[in-house]
Amino acid sequence: MIEVTRHPIDIEAVTRSAYAETSGAVVTFLGTARQDREGKRLILLEYEAYPEMALKQLEQVRQEILTRWPADQVSMVHRFGPIRVGEASIAIAVSCPHRQQAFEACRYAIDRIKEIVPVWKKEVWEDGSEWVETHGEG
Amino acid sequence: MNVHVKFFASAADAAGQRERRIGLPEGADVRALLDVLCEEFPRLARLRRQIRVAVNHEYVRESGPLKEGDEVALIPPVSGGIR
Repeated sequence: MIEVTRHPIDIEAVTRSAYAETSGAVVTFLGTARQDREGKRLILLEYEAYPEMALKQLEQVRQEILTRWPADQVSMVHRFGPIRVGEASIAIAVSCPHRQQAFEACRYAIDRIKEIVPVWKKEVWEDGSEWVETHGEG
Repeated sequence: MNVHVKFFASAADAAGQRERRIGLPEGADVRALLDVLCEEFPRLARLRRQIRVAVNHEYVRESGPLKEGDEVALIPPVSGGIR
């Protein structure tokens, strides 16, 4: 399952889509819109996407994972549009025969997505807004 | 030749628009297109070093060739699902 969508992510469906008979582990990662701890109160996060290219780059990430780990399924759903604090902006589920592989592959997926998938985040406060363009840690 | 340029996020803010059709001389590459755009939009010039370019949904170098009808996207640093 690979999607770029304006709608809330069905997290259960993403996880379920990664189940495989030959997998002993499914690791699901959620990236969630968070309140900045340093003061200014967020109203929401506005995500902009280049959907056609984002889909293509997500597929690229999946192919990279399949060449590096014995993954059975790699599911990635990226949401865009306005997203409220606490909601998921991305869900990734990876299944592998063993858990260590699944954890590693899932970690790789989110790191790589942040490098190459064209989705941008704007923080919107009561008195303004700003694009977030740093490559920081989650 | 004409190419179709798409601006995103901070690049769209800098250009004050999201899409634009641009005429270029035959043989122009990505660098030539960026030169034209940065001249027209000085705020875009300030972002130039951070912007990556995609042609028909694939990242390319500034020396990459362009052809009639290409979709060229200006891609500021992406922030993905989490920060």
